[in-house]
Amino acid sequence: MSSPLWSLVKREISVVLRSQSEFVYPLAFFIIVTSLFPLAVTPDPVQLAFLAPGIIWVAALLSILLSLNGFYQADYEEGGLEQLLLAGVPGSSIVIAKSAANWLVTGLPLVMIAPLIGVLFNIDMQANWVAMLSLLLGTPTLCLIGSIGMCLTLGLRNGGVLLTLLVLPLFIPVLIFGASAVQAASIGLDYSGQLAILGALLILSIILAPHAGAAAMKISID
Amino acid sequence: MYFQSFKEFIEMGGHGFYVWLCYGVVLSGLVSYFIYSKQLAKRNQRNLIKFYKRMDARSQLNANNQLNANNEAQ
Amino acid sequence: MWTWFYQLASPKWFYQFSNKLLPWFRAATFILFAAGLALGLLFSPLDYQQGNTVRILYIHVPAAFLSMFVYVLMALSGGIGFIWRIKMAHIVSVSCAPIGAIFTLLALITGAIWGKPTWGTYWVWDARLTSFLILLFLYLGFMALHNAFDDRKTADRAAAILALVGLVNIPIIHFSVEWWNSLHQGATISKFEKPSMDADMLKALLTMIVAFQVYFVTVLLQRVKAEILLREKLSGWVKKLVTNQ
Repeated sequence: MSSPLWSLVKREISVVLRSQSEFVYPLAFFIIVTSLFPLAVTPDPVQLAFLAPGIIWVAALLSILLSLNGFYQADYEEGGLEQLLLAGVPGSSIVIAKSAANWLVTGLPLVMIAPLIGVLFNIDMQANWVAMLSLLLGTPTLCLIGSIGMCLTLGLRNGGVLLTLLVLPLFIPVLIFGASAVQAASIGLDYSGQLAILGALLILSIILAPHAGAAAMKISID
Repeated sequence: MYFQSFKEFIEMGGHGFYVWLCYGVVLSGLVSYFIYSKQLAKRNQRNLIKFYKRMDARSQLNANNQLNANNEAQ
Repeated sequence: MWTWFYQLASPKWFYQFSNKLLPWFRAATFILFAAGLALGLLFSPLDYQQGNTVRILYIHVPAAFLSMFVYVLMALSGGIGFIWRIKMAHIVSVSCAPIGAIFTLLALITGAIWGKPTWGTYWVWDARLTSFLILLFLYLGFMALHNAFDDRKTADRAAAILALVGLVNIPIIHFSVEWWNSLHQGATISKFEKPSMDADMLKALLTMIVAFQVYFVTVLLQRVKAEILLREKLSGWVKKLVTNQ
């Protein structure tokens, strides 16, 4: 990894960690939302195990959506983002750095917590492993796609709701393949295809999202 | 023609409700949007006439103010 | 060729050009719809499985086809406007969005109504219906984003990026939904599964598709005209045009 990019990532992480404890919210959200489902649907272990892949994935997706704002809004409003761009840092590296930081601060902890939720939902070891793997491959994609939406809505007053509308339809493929990998694993089917597609989506979004995000960022800042 | 009588045409072999509901929704949707989009240009023109009147009035006012200011200065 | 291209990019020229075209397109829309409705409702045979409900096909399929076609047009003209900074391309792109959303909505509604006699319920999470639901969300996102900006130029450029991102995503979304559906639905009877279409049916369907296309161009030109007036209100020719009437 080139060192300028790494220092950018470190900058992003330090920016977010500085702003009190907001970065913990998405994780707390993930745990609380998943624990609501047994209360709302059923405490029956068999049914919960059946629903678990979908619940874990939807909750992870919403947590990532919730975490995006922290990486952009304050930085934009305080002018740090504009300074970076004025200093000649390419917009695409900023997007990559922010997504990487976002993933390290939110995505990676989600991957770590997921097996715990899996145990609460009574899914077996194998499926738990696959849940981790699928989140490991899927959450960075969500961060990257989310960053495009975030860049588009940077300067807007009520960008939060709009961001949801813009980004959720684009999350659908990741959700479908992520949840189905876990589901396949939990009933003992082959799940390598779904994981391969998640990997392909990740590569595609690493290639394309920084450019789209950089173009959007330029519009928002001009 | 694939229908023997008008009644048969309306009934559509028992599926009349669904077929006519679909055609009704689509045609009324398309027709009303057609009319709406046709009116849009006209509505904008009417609004623009008001806009230009306001603009002209304002520039007239500005010119008068300028004149008064010049007179006072002299 | 190039002078034509430059003319097309000039709002004034486009306004006058569409004024000249519009009467023809309106007449063509009317005639084609009359012909298509007659062919579809009266002069096409029943389907051996679905009976008369197959007549919904003649409006459902064109609406579905147009909703995708309009999205591609919207994204491409938005992209052209973004790259070469052509005002006219953005105007076309922005005018496409509500029309495309309406086609998508109509495709969804007709699909759901069709589902009742075919599947027994109004809504099935069928791959096609689901894809169109997502397409509707994409259209709504485009319009919401464009509305959210105060400055038109910023709005145009941001919305164009969103449309292009959506364009890349549509095949992926479609593929994933198809795959998901085949996983969960097993063998559903597809509404369009038939070895070969009757010639009369095909004639009716093609006429309707052309009718929808011509209708789309007509409505698009009408919207574009209205949009040009709004955006060019400070240029002399619009003022002349409006006040001289």
